[in-house]
Amino acid sequence: MSVTPDEARDAHAARGESPSPSVVPGISRRRFLAYLVAAPLLTVVVKAVDDTLLPLADRAEAALGVSNVVDLSDALTLAALPTAYLLKIEITPEGRAVVHVPRAEVGQGITTAMGIVAAEELDAGLDVVDVVLDDARPELLWNQLTGGSNSVHSLYTPMRTVAAAARARLVTAAARRFGVDARGLVTRDATVVAPDGRTATYGSLSAEAAQITTPDVPPTPKDPSRFTLIGQPTTRLDARDIVTGKAEYALDLPIAGAPTVVARAPTIGGTWRAVDDSTARTMPGVLGIARIPSGVAVTAATFDQAQAARDALRITWDPGPNAGLSDAQIRSQLRAAAPPFVVPPLGSLSVSREFDFAFAPHAPLEVLTCVADVRPDSAEVWYGAKSPIIASQSVAAAIGLPPDRVTLHVVRSGGSFGHRLFFEPAIEAALVSKALGRPVKLMWTRNDDMRHGRMRPASHHKVRATCLLGNVISYDHRHATLPVDFSHGLGEALSAAGFNVLSPGVTQTVFALTQSVPYDFGVATQTLTDVPLAFPTGSWRSIYSGQTATVNEVMVDEIARALKVDPVAFRRKKLSSARTRVVLDQVTSVGQWGRPMPAGTAQGVAIHEEYKSVVAYLVEIDCRDQTHPRVTKGVCAVDVGRAVNPRGLEAQVQGVLTDALSVTLHAGLHIDNGAVREGSYSDYRFARMADSPLEIDVVVMPPNGDPGGAGELGFPAAAAAVANAYARATGATPFSFPIAD
Amino acid sequence: MPTFTFTLNGSLTTVTSPADRPLLWVLRDTLGVTGPKYGCGVGVCKACTSHLDGSAFNPCITPVDECAGRDVTTIEGLADGDTLHPVQQAWIDEDVAQCGFCQPGQIMAAAALLARNPAPTDADIDAIDNVCRCGTYFRIRSAIHRAAGR
Repeated sequence: MSVTPDEARDAHAARGESPSPSVVPGISRRRFLAYLVAAPLLTVVVKAVDDTLLPLADRAEAALGVSNVVDLSDALTLAALPTAYLLKIEITPEGRAVVHVPRAEVGQGITTAMGIVAAEELDAGLDVVDVVLDDARPELLWNQLTGGSNSVHSLYTPMRTVAAAARARLVTAAARRFGVDARGLVTRDATVVAPDGRTATYGSLSAEAAQITTPDVPPTPKDPSRFTLIGQPTTRLDARDIVTGKAEYALDLPIAGAPTVVARAPTIGGTWRAVDDSTARTMPGVLGIARIPSGVAVTAATFDQAQAARDALRITWDPGPNAGLSDAQIRSQLRAAAPPFVVPPLGSLSVSREFDFAFAPHAPLEVLTCVADVRPDSAEVWYGAKSPIIASQSVAAAIGLPPDRVTLHVVRSGGSFGHRLFFEPAIEAALVSKALGRPVKLMWTRNDDMRHGRMRPASHHKVRATCLLGNVISYDHRHATLPVDFSHGLGEALSAAGFNVLSPGVTQTVFALTQSVPYDFGVATQTLTDVPLAFPTGSWRSIYSGQTATVNEVMVDEIARALKVDPVAFRRKKLSSARTRVVLDQVTSVGQWGRPMPAGTAQGVAIHEEYKSVVAYLVEIDCRDQTHPRVTKGVCAVDVGRAVNPRGLEAQVQGVLTDALSVTLHAGLHIDNGAVREGSYSDYRFARMADSPLEIDVVVMPPNGDPGGAGELGFPAAAAAVANAYARATGATPFSFPIAD
Repeated sequence: MPTFTFTLNGSLTTVTSPADRPLLWVLRDTLGVTGPKYGCGVGVCKACTSHLDGSAFNPCITPVDECAGRDVTTIEGLADGDTLHPVQQAWIDEDVAQCGFCQPGQIMAAAALLARNPAPTDADIDAIDNVCRCGTYFRIRSAIHRAAGR
């Protein structure tokens, strides 16, 4: 395949926009180059170059600890620059625009968002756009990671660029067919229209457009004032497939893989020492049994047979590294690791608080699943991977094949919340397929997911604000937790962007890149201390912010209480960002902050800034039945710079409120002697309909720049708003989460 | 091995199966009907919710022999050809789904509720216990009210 670089432009300048204030100088000079691919039909790709990369990375590293200058999203975007083509659009003879995206769809709506952007710049209807998730593409190196709420932020401009480049060639092809000046043609509904009324569909033009190396019209994305799709509330492109049951997840694929489950140790990290499978082998339907590092896999004709045979295995387990460790010991280790405040307060008023969080599972509704077909010289894997490159490479290493002999197909998945950055099921399925010499469909049971899945680690926080004359003159937050496992490629991405993640380490780098105190609190210091306990941790929706920023927002209410001022007025006065003050004002206005409410019920507010976006929540809670506090109402105002799909953005900020109220009020894990106590949604008390607010109002702020991130944005503000409402309703500030132990 | 005959999405269907095999695995592993999802296997998450003689039930905890001679409807059989069931249409109109995994079960639960209670209150809707990990409950509630209004 030969590619012809034929145009380079400054995408940002072409839009006639000034960069949003939070964009680092230099990033705005990033250029995306569209390339025509030599192919029979129109195929255009886009890749990025940035001659400011190295100086910028240097600056970024120097700025560590000032996360509002270069944040995690910037770092991931930086990392995405010097690689192979990012995006590809093909126009089929039938007029379909096939858009290839190197990301995972886990429910966040990236396929719909990317379809909207492509259709906008193509001047095509959404009904002719097909968004396809790329297989693992090792040539992308580190840029196939779905995480950090970074996908829209990193793909918005390249998608506009590639779609505009395709449109320019279609217009040029039509002009040559019609024998007219291309500049006089217009496009709409995937059709080029000439002034004399002649038309040509994109499908009919594709082959001719594939020959246009230099278009006669500028391949320039639209001015945003001309947007007709970007910014319009749009229903998910896959909505009909979902409601009819046609949407396929890994285990639904029509692949003849044999159902497989794995017997796992009762304790986290436990391993088998002796296995007696004599009975299991004789059980109906059993096709094979394979011992793998994580347990003993049983493959059978149906999943019930596989589970029955699994239960007939007689296994002696070594308990693993955590035997004897329970919540009390873990909590005391975390408390000991967060250094106490030894220097006496400088001012007249000191507000010191301590907070604890339980472990929280991701618990996506689709358990971890993978289909694998390993042959002697190649392998094919279907997995809902958010980090497919390293997943594919790890599978290759596990089964002893060269990396280029493994194909990993990224399948839509039933939720992630961070879990599918990891790929244990892919390695397990490949090992079993290799051992048994047949394709397998491997499924973690819900028990497996709860008791052996990744978790947001437990944490302990010591926080002190020192106040003088009504001002906070210093703010110190010490966050102790277990190391969050970033061994899924994020570390490599940050290294590629110029960050030194080996020293002080990837957890410290991510903490520094993501955590800042968005208030004028004098000298603000936040530190992370890792307690190296061997638990399977992972990024969980908003990573450290879910704990650090949540605690900070509860602290803001505590400080306001100590200073005897209204928490909203206090925030308004102390917030560093005018943009955040605007969303705070929105929720307090729409939500009628301070309205009279019955005893035992109350409002709470909180804000959060991250991912180039800002958000505020106001919630109302009813704690009159102390055993079942219920969030009755939520109001959210969100500014993501530019909402590509406001309807999808609303879905994210509504859903994250459910997430937040669950883990704040009643959903958490317990550790008993190295094992997770909870086994399913019966005892892991994630919210149901009866816990969900009856009213949620969302205000999406008007566009004021390029899109920031949204998927994780709402969590810390929503969680803290719930906690603050609870404190105001009950008179008792919660310091341990979930509140109901 | 015994055989069991039941109506599945309008078609008479006969399967050879142990009597105690949960219907979920008969549907998914034997018949290739994958709309009903596994989320827990113990009737808690209710992602597999389908209809047995028109009432919501959970195939993951219902042995196939209990379905013999009865009428089983999965999400695949809810629409009338290309014409969506009002609950499915309301789901699209409210753009309920995120990851979508629980939604076949949510829709079947809502359709069963509306079949026996055409104008459910919020308290009636609160009784639907299906888990949605993406937290689409607010839109599910709106969609049920919308479908009830049709």
